[in-house]
Amino acid sequence: MASLKAYIVTRALLVIPTVLILLTVVFFILRILPGDPIAAMVGQKVPPEVVEKLREEAGLNKPLIVQYFEYLFNILRGDFGKSMIWGKRPVIDEIMLRFPATLELTIFGFTLSVLIGVITGAIAAFRRGSKIDSSMRIYSIVAYTLFIPWFGMLLQMLCGVYLKLLPIGGRITPGSEPTTITSLYVLDSLLTLNFNALIDSLSHIFLPALVLGIVLSGAYTRLLRNNLIDVLSQDFIVAYRARGVRERKVVKHAMKNAFIPVITLMGLQFAILLAGAVLTETTFSWPGMGTFLLERIQYRDYTSVQGAIVFYALFVALISLIVDIVYALLDPRIRY
Amino acid sequence: MMLLDVKNLKTYFYSKRGVLRAVDNVSIGVDRREFISIVGESGCGKSTLAYSIIRLVDTPGKIVDGKIVFDGRDLVKLSEEEMRRLRGKEIGMVFQDPMTSLDPLEKIGDQIVETIIEHERVDKKEAWEKASILLEKVGLPGDRVNYYPHQLSGGQRQRVMIALAVSLNPKLLIADEPTTALDVIVQEKIMDLLEDMKKEDRAIILITHDFALAADRSDKIAVMYAGWLIEFGKANKLANEPLHPYSEGLIGSVPDVWEDRDIKPMLGFLPDLIDPPKGCRFKPRCPKAMDVCDKEPPTFSVDGRVVKCWLYGENNG
Amino acid sequence: MEVKNLATTVFKIPDVEGRWMVVSGLAMVCVVLIMAVFAPLIAPYDPTKSSGDVLSSPSAKHLMGTDNLGRDIFSRIIYGSRIVLMVVFSASFLSMSIGVPLGLISGYFGGKLDRAISMLMDSMYAFPSLILAIAIAAMLGPSVINAVVAISVVYVPTYFRMIRGQTLSLKSRLFVEAAKAIGAKDMRIMGRYILPNVVTTAVVVFSLSVADAILTEAGLSFLGFIVTAPTPDWGFELSAGRPYLPAGYWWMITFPGLMVMLLSLGFALIGEGLSEIYAPRRER
Repeated sequence: MASLKAYIVTRALLVIPTVLILLTVVFFILRILPGDPIAAMVGQKVPPEVVEKLREEAGLNKPLIVQYFEYLFNILRGDFGKSMIWGKRPVIDEIMLRFPATLELTIFGFTLSVLIGVITGAIAAFRRGSKIDSSMRIYSIVAYTLFIPWFGMLLQMLCGVYLKLLPIGGRITPGSEPTTITSLYVLDSLLTLNFNALIDSLSHIFLPALVLGIVLSGAYTRLLRNNLIDVLSQDFIVAYRARGVRERKVVKHAMKNAFIPVITLMGLQFAILLAGAVLTETTFSWPGMGTFLLERIQYRDYTSVQGAIVFYALFVALISLIVDIVYALLDPRIRY
Repeated sequence: MMLLDVKNLKTYFYSKRGVLRAVDNVSIGVDRREFISIVGESGCGKSTLAYSIIRLVDTPGKIVDGKIVFDGRDLVKLSEEEMRRLRGKEIGMVFQDPMTSLDPLEKIGDQIVETIIEHERVDKKEAWEKASILLEKVGLPGDRVNYYPHQLSGGQRQRVMIALAVSLNPKLLIADEPTTALDVIVQEKIMDLLEDMKKEDRAIILITHDFALAADRSDKIAVMYAGWLIEFGKANKLANEPLHPYSEGLIGSVPDVWEDRDIKPMLGFLPDLIDPPKGCRFKPRCPKAMDVCDKEPPTFSVDGRVVKCWLYGENNG
Repeated sequence: MEVKNLATTVFKIPDVEGRWMVVSGLAMVCVVLIMAVFAPLIAPYDPTKSSGDVLSSPSAKHLMGTDNLGRDIFSRIIYGSRIVLMVVFSASFLSMSIGVPLGLISGYFGGKLDRAISMLMDSMYAFPSLILAIAIAAMLGPSVINAVVAISVVYVPTYFRMIRGQTLSLKSRLFVEAAKAIGAKDMRIMGRYILPNVVTTAVVVFSLSVADAILTEAGLSFLGFIVTAPTPDWGFELSAGRPYLPAGYWWMITFPGLMVMLLSLGFALIGEGLSEIYAPRRER
């Protein structure tokens, strides 16, 4: 187990260059691109003095290299700057108000996508060559090409407008929020045994999470199918059977082996999930990071926009670290 | 009564091109505590025969006809669940490639324990103790139960495979080319270990393409060619005076460091089993082919051996 | 049968599994291409002017109904195909013309340069593509040209990674070694020996990344980063129709979204089919 610790430490150290590069990329995109971000965001109608003042506030009037190091240094201290609107609250505080909603949505969407992908992939693999197999293949392509706002609205229309089963937007019915512990409504409702809030928050999260889950499941369907077919033909599966191990357990071992490469896919899929979440949040009026980012772009709040994007970058780096650690925990070949 | 009595077994593979007769009308008997080798070129049907015995022939393969009487029961007639309970418990199997025959994600101990628990009512702790005793029996330190397969060498893994195969003390052990994937030095040790397993009141079937190895280790040898069993008898007799021209050819193509003789490589290739030659399947390669060989030869008994060749027709008939 | 013969003889697509994907994908893409090219001939009405009652449901007069301003949705969809195709194609060619040479150079020369470019590309690749595009589009301001820039930046790493990988494996192949041995210049080796061998990969990556770029374009347009009213663009139509959804006006969003999927699916099928044809997986 000592080597597992060593692996985790090494992997965690690798986050540092990744984060630095990501932050640099974000910096370059936000400052180096042709054009003046403030002017572009504010538009032409504002007098130049105001633009100049805004530039000063955002720290954009200093030499680039100074800006870069100030930016890095502040982020490492957890200082994302102050919002340019509404009482100039620290950006990080505002992000923290919105982040739990996105976290909750992505956790549910992610879990659903893996679940749907693994089930459909396994069905395809066990029926390989059949009609079911080819329809799963088509499913995996079609699911990926579903346009999230469209798919989301169709479901809203079906479940919300016509069947009147589920709410079509928001995170929870105002007033029925559970006592805040983690700010994840479903989890908080469970922790406080508030079943009204639980049902209410689940009914709100179901559709947006399902949209994300289905759209992202296609990649897992394909990967798991191919892996499982590969694993099922391997010698150790025949060897299990030759020792009289029950088929149910053989399948369990096969699934575990087929699942390992799926974990590597999860890191990449999570980035796609976050991007999809921006569209899902907009479609379902979900008060998360995505809607925050878009709002602030509209209000021309440059520091908040920068803060949100930096936060996304850090989140992506953290997730890829977690994925790698989970991988090591499950695959002994990495660990030792 | 014999431990294993295979009678007129036919295992065919069904493909788009036609029916491949991988095992065609093979009869072979194995006594208790007997070490039998099944020898032949790759593709002759020897592995299919082995997999037929434990009924693990992969689709599109199927046992079409015949009996496999093991310890008084016809395995062909058993239900899938009865067969599962028999696998591992009464017939153990060792595979060709130890690098791929162990689950890479499970500890050695877990794999042994799972096998034991599937067949016997023992608690986990007991099974774990048994696992390390088993490893010691195959010449590995008992603490290797905590290792993962990738931490062991090929030879060590094959020892683990043998430990797994004998973990429930089966009466029959089938080893499919157990040393082919290993270094020469390790091969000897694994063969010694395999022979050791015979001491525990156990019969062994060794599937191999290596005639010298078979002659060296086994009591009896069965030679297969193109899905047919063409000669079967005592190892020393078969090795010294082979009856079938193919057996002769097999022995002739084995280099021998002690005897100064020319190696005679066999000419030609194994025939296409979907469309085999008419009559004797060895005829196109046979140096002693006769006119009568256009008909399929019956199996003759000569000198306590069985041989499927017209050469012995006149003597006996 | 007709389609099959056409596929074999005219387009020289081998008769293997995956061909039906290419054929049906091409069919979908062609429908949209024809729509875009002959928009004025096909569209029954002016897409930017009212041509009937507001929010009328699909009928013989208005095949896909009308929107909140009484404009014909069918006509808007036909004209909308022009913006999507223009943005996506220009962006994809731009990313290809940056990503492919970068991948070739990086993979061929290796060393520090390769490591630096790879690290940059990998971290861009790891970043959520739509958010990256939103950031760029927000900094540049909403416009068609800026959307092209934003989308093209997003897909450079996709081309880079695939081409670099291929170049690495080709570099050590015998014919490249032989060319080096007879003293061919690096530029010549890359252009003459490596580039032709990565063309297939580039084509596959192109169709797959176009499939993705269509969704990114629609997303950006939906969020208001590409066109402003009254210009028709599929993604934008959805955001216009969204307020009318609770009242049950389904046609305002159904048809534009369907078109986004059709076009994206078409390219995805072409890419999938091609990769199956040119790199067949072992089927057991």
